[in-house]
Amino acid sequence: MTRATGYHEERLGQLLSLLRPAPEGWVQAATELPGARRSLDEIVSRAEQDIEFRGALVADLEAALRDEGVAPDPALVEALRRRFQP
Amino acid sequence: MQLTDAELVHRCREGDVEAWNALVERFSRYVYAICVQGFRLREQDAEDVFQDVFTRVYERLDSLRNDAAVRPWIAQLTRRLCLDKLASGSREEPVEELAPSDDGAMADIEEAFAVREALAELPEACQEVLDRFFAKDESYRTIGAALDLPAGTIASRISRCLRKLREQLEGRNEA
Repeated sequence: MTRATGYHEERLGQLLSLLRPAPEGWVQAATELPGARRSLDEIVSRAEQDIEFRGALVADLEAALRDEGVAPDPALVEALRRRFQP
Repeated sequence: MQLTDAELVHRCREGDVEAWNALVERFSRYVYAICVQGFRLREQDAEDVFQDVFTRVYERLDSLRNDAAVRPWIAQLTRRLCLDKLASGSREEPVEELAPSDDGAMADIEEAFAVREALAELPEACQEVLDRFFAKDESYRTIGAALDLPAGTIASRISRCLRKLREQLEGRNEA
């Protein structure tokens, strides 16, 4: 949406000030979603085939991920918790 | 040349990670502004909504019928999640009263997005100086140090770039 007329410097400055950068960490977390999704898919697939691994996930999610060399990223842990833990 | 929204969405659907990064980069300020300026969410709530928006965008991109309409789709999703967040923290208020702080703020955010699109068409030097001064609140001295320019020339460069931006916007409108 643009206006037909009436842009002056002060107004342009106000509008440019409205779209401030989101905190870097938020943006980084959002860009990492595809990788996190791949990790999630791999873990879910393995848990479906490996009962022992599934048991470890249910018992202690973070520890099971660390044992597999996967960083227990909060979003990943939450997604797995929803999936595997009662 | 910047990809259009539709091209970006198409590439994201094909699993292009760089395209996803570009999509997040393109809309992160917009989503952030709706959360904190449109709905005045607290920082923690805004972060929850921000992450939720991009997670849903990523998961539901296939359901978008018109790739060119990704921005209104993201806006609608963000508004709905902001309302949900407000409603979850304030059970006593009817949801319909948990509107954005005012409609003018939302209209300004839409207009600001159009201005940023015009800004993206200016030379990089202009984009950088205007973004640093207005969106990042940097002083003339900080900008001068970062761009290796005397602080005294920053004001005139800002003024010149604002003029170019206005011409760009007026050119778009005439087109």
